[in-house]
Amino acid sequence: MSIWEYANPVKFMRTSGAILPFAVAGAVVCTVGGVVWGFLTPDDFRQGSTVKIVFLHVPAAMMAINIWVMMLVASLIWLIRRHHVSALAAKAAAPIGAVMTLIALATGAIWGQPMWGTWWEWDPRLTSFLILLLFYLGYIALWASVEDVDSAADLTGVLCLVGSVFALLSRYAVLFWNQGLHQGASLSVQSGERMSAIYRYPLYLSMLGFLLLFVALVLIRTRTEIRRRRLAALQAREMRA
Amino acid sequence: MIDLGKYAGTVLAAYGISVLLLVGLVWHSIAANTRARRALEKQEGRKDA
Repeated sequence: MSIWEYANPVKFMRTSGAILPFAVAGAVVCTVGGVVWGFLTPDDFRQGSTVKIVFLHVPAAMMAINIWVMMLVASLIWLIRRHHVSALAAKAAAPIGAVMTLIALATGAIWGQPMWGTWWEWDPRLTSFLILLLFYLGYIALWASVEDVDSAADLTGVLCLVGSVFALLSRYAVLFWNQGLHQGASLSVQSGERMSAIYRYPLYLSMLGFLLLFVALVLIRTRTEIRRRRLAALQAREMRA
Repeated sequence: MIDLGKYAGTVLAAYGISVLLLVGLVWHSIAANTRARRALEKQEGRKDA
């Protein structure tokens, strides 16, 4: 069996329908569990209770970048192999990515005010995240403004390739420019763990929860797009008859 | 009750905005899917009739 079989909308609807209940259950358990566990952790000796914001800020920022990477892969599949489901999956993922970026920016600003003394700073990571949000909004607007689905998928696919530079920049901005306010990674495989286990485990659970939430939502939204496309095809056929 | 100290407003604002955005996203996704499913069922019903 080939992975490309899932590019068939009927096969995708059947398979995603079977996976969806497990993805939804996992997302609810892990997201609620991780965030509530995080909220109940003790205060940090330097940051006080604001440390609890990490359980929303880090998973949202992680997903903001990775969703764009998923969109990039889906767009490349569309541009190279012309599989409609992949283009619709990229379209379905964009609003989720935009919300994740917005959560990362909002929680970062709220956290930054008491810790850095400012809501906003033109710091490399903050700025690249703001540009990433603008790319998400531009991507959504481009899909909405082009009537022909295939043309919209082509144009947004190219936009996704360009935006990938900023997605990568958001991830590595702290390493490229050292003068920013934003700290480096709290969790790193290369440099070992910099975070106490009290915070690390609920953070892992929250990150898993956000990942599963994305999987559940992208499946639901891709199914919506497939249904809309089928509806448009039936209506067009009826008009011609 | 958890004592959030002097940063209570900061923490609650961050959680409040995040929960609001996530619930809105989930609600929008489910509502759009339900609308699309019903419209397709209606159209397929007309086709079969």
